[in-house]
Amino acid sequence: MAIEWYLALSALIFVIGAGGVLTRRNPLVILLCVELMLNAGNLALVAFNRMHGGGDGQIFALMVMVVAACEVVIGLGIIVALYRRHLPIDVDEMRELQG
Amino acid sequence: MSATTLAWLALALPLAGAIVTALGFRFWRGRAAGYVGTAALFGSFACAVGAFLALQGEPAEGRQLVSALWDYAATAGLDAELSILVDPLSILMLLVVTGVSALIHLYAVAYMGGDRGYTRFFSYLNFFVFSMVLLVLAGNFLVLIIGWAFVGAASYLLISFWYRRATATAAGIKAFVINVLGDVGLVLGAYFLFSGTGTLDFLTTFERAPEVFTENDGDLVAGCILLLVGAFAKSAQVPLHTWLPDAMEGPTPVSALIHAATMVTAGVYLIARMHPLFELAPTAGTVGAIIGCATLLIAATTAMAQTDLKRVIAYSTMSQIGYMVMAVSAGAYVAGLFHLMTHAFFKALLFMAAGSVIAAMAGNQNMDQMGGFRRAMPFTFGCFVVGGLALAGVPPFSGFFSKDEILAYTAERGGIFLVLVAVGYVAAFLTAVYTFRMIFRTFLGEPVPEARELEQGHLYHPENPTNPASGEIEDTEVGFPGPEHHVAEQSPPMKVAMGTLALLAIVGGFLQIPTVTHLLDDFLEPTFAESIYFEALSPSDAATFVGLGLGALIGLAGIATAWLVWVREPGTAAKVRQRLRPAYALFLNKWWFDELIGAVIVRPARWLGSFALTAFERLFVQGTLVGGTSGIVRAGSAAVRAAQSGFLRFYVALFLGGMVAFTIWFLLQA
Repeated sequence: MAIEWYLALSALIFVIGAGGVLTRRNPLVILLCVELMLNAGNLALVAFNRMHGGGDGQIFALMVMVVAACEVVIGLGIIVALYRRHLPIDVDEMRELQG
Repeated sequence: MSATTLAWLALALPLAGAIVTALGFRFWRGRAAGYVGTAALFGSFACAVGAFLALQGEPAEGRQLVSALWDYAATAGLDAELSILVDPLSILMLLVVTGVSALIHLYAVAYMGGDRGYTRFFSYLNFFVFSMVLLVLAGNFLVLIIGWAFVGAASYLLISFWYRRATATAAGIKAFVINVLGDVGLVLGAYFLFSGTGTLDFLTTFERAPEVFTENDGDLVAGCILLLVGAFAKSAQVPLHTWLPDAMEGPTPVSALIHAATMVTAGVYLIARMHPLFELAPTAGTVGAIIGCATLLIAATTAMAQTDLKRVIAYSTMSQIGYMVMAVSAGAYVAGLFHLMTHAFFKALLFMAAGSVIAAMAGNQNMDQMGGFRRAMPFTFGCFVVGGLALAGVPPFSGFFSKDEILAYTAERGGIFLVLVAVGYVAAFLTAVYTFRMIFRTFLGEPVPEARELEQGHLYHPENPTNPASGEIEDTEVGFPGPEHHVAEQSPPMKVAMGTLALLAIVGGFLQIPTVTHLLDDFLEPTFAESIYFEALSPSDAATFVGLGLGALIGLAGIATAWLVWVREPGTAAKVRQRLRPAYALFLNKWWFDELIGAVIVRPARWLGSFALTAFERLFVQGTLVGGTSGIVRAGSAAVRAAQSGFLRFYVALFLGGMVAFTIWFLLQA
């Protein structure tokens, strides 16, 4: 299959993820959407790796997965902490860091 | 030793004295500091005499020696050296300065004996003499300016010596401010000359000046007038004279040394030293002569109405320096310097005698409250009369010869100078009147209680010491006059100093008896050999003797007038005062110079200051500069802060939008 198909799929997934991040207010869903975006990136990396040969792209994809795992751990930790303190689980309410 | 080595020693000794007395202030007991300071001055005078003898040993054309210790700045085109010029003029000044200073130090050893700031006083006094010697020995403009400024600073320190007296500190500040004005004039004048000739050295300047400047060249006249501003400020000439009468707040030895004999004659020395330049710029010379003449008349008339003993002598000093400035500006250099020398003798003597009277009055300087001290203080009376006769110009006292030489030589210039000489004769009459008014009112008449007490051999001490100027109660701790005071009759050092000066005031004039002796002429010739006036101005014998006779007559007439008015018929003064009320008010208020300067300079300056504070500072500095800067920062930060809304999705949208924009831009570029 030509690389364009992979790239088109990757872009589609990325836009879905970005749209979710922009529109949703639940941090849990936002994390899911961020995960979608990261995996869209991974797909593009692996596809280009297949095109150019070698292993650099795959290694990068593995590293992105590690980063994504870390990010989810921290993100979920924050969400659990919010839940325990009976704070609203809504990113629009969490704006104490405004200037 | 060579003349220059001895001159360096004469310069170094007072400095050493100042440092030693200052550093040992905990160590000195009793009058030790006074003796150390006086010894330094006598040593300096001995060196000056040695330098004089060594210089006389040189051939006449070799009597201008320059000696440099080191370079201040080794820059191409600038000869800034620490150099001294030893020639007859500087040696004459050196002899007068160190000689009179040594005697005044000796006087002060006793006079200041009861003061708590004794060591400090002698340290300041030695420092003053060092500065003055530096000024007269300076071989270039740089050293001259340094000495000039040091002298002003020393004068400030000594006028404000009793630093807890508000009147004394105010007088010190006034003197310092006016002197700094003169310093600025001197520096700017030196700059004008330096920019023309390219050298700071005196002798080189005089050599190059005729090549660089044409006669009455604009730059040269400006430079000379600015030098005159410096000279006027230091020599208390109109309109920069108002500090000198106020300076009488200082201790009497200070008045005798600084404000009569040495510092105030610096302006006369400066004009004489710069004579090649003033001869190239006759306009500046004429300006100097006119100002000198105006000063001598204004000061003499003011002295007629004053009642403060020391202020009368101060005004007479101004008047006599007016004669000297007139003489040296008109080209009668030797006459001016001759009067400078004799004036140093008799004026220091008058101040010392006045100091003795003031001590007997326990600090009171008001003549209205004095009288009848003749029997209580015969020695002081004698000295005062000798000084007064010399000042009034009665033959054969020294002032007679020097004053008449000034008038005779200045008259030789003809034209406008004849008017100046006529004014000089009028002022000479006034001089005799006010001098003997002072003597008659202080020493004759009914003895005041203080004089009676002294006749019993007991010195008057007030119950509460007060400031005679303001009447405030004082203590006798440091910063105020001490508890003890000394009069010449009971104190040998004062008697020796006054006796020596009285002798000099009598015989000092014999150096230059017209047609008989001309020692000073011969001595000063190497300095003034190139001068166009030195040979040309020589009054005929007939003119000289007419002048001498007129001078003697005027002096005696003045004394007779004073005797008639204040001794024979004591009510006359009040009657004359009634009849000439406007003139009396003019003289009593010192020609309203303080008020004039206040209205023309001080009030506008104060108005400008308050304008700057309220309008400029508040609107421009606070409002525009400070407020503007902080306003810009505040507005910028407000704009940046607005972006920090705290909405996570807004940030993400911005981020994505930016990314998309970048991507599109790169795609378009490709």
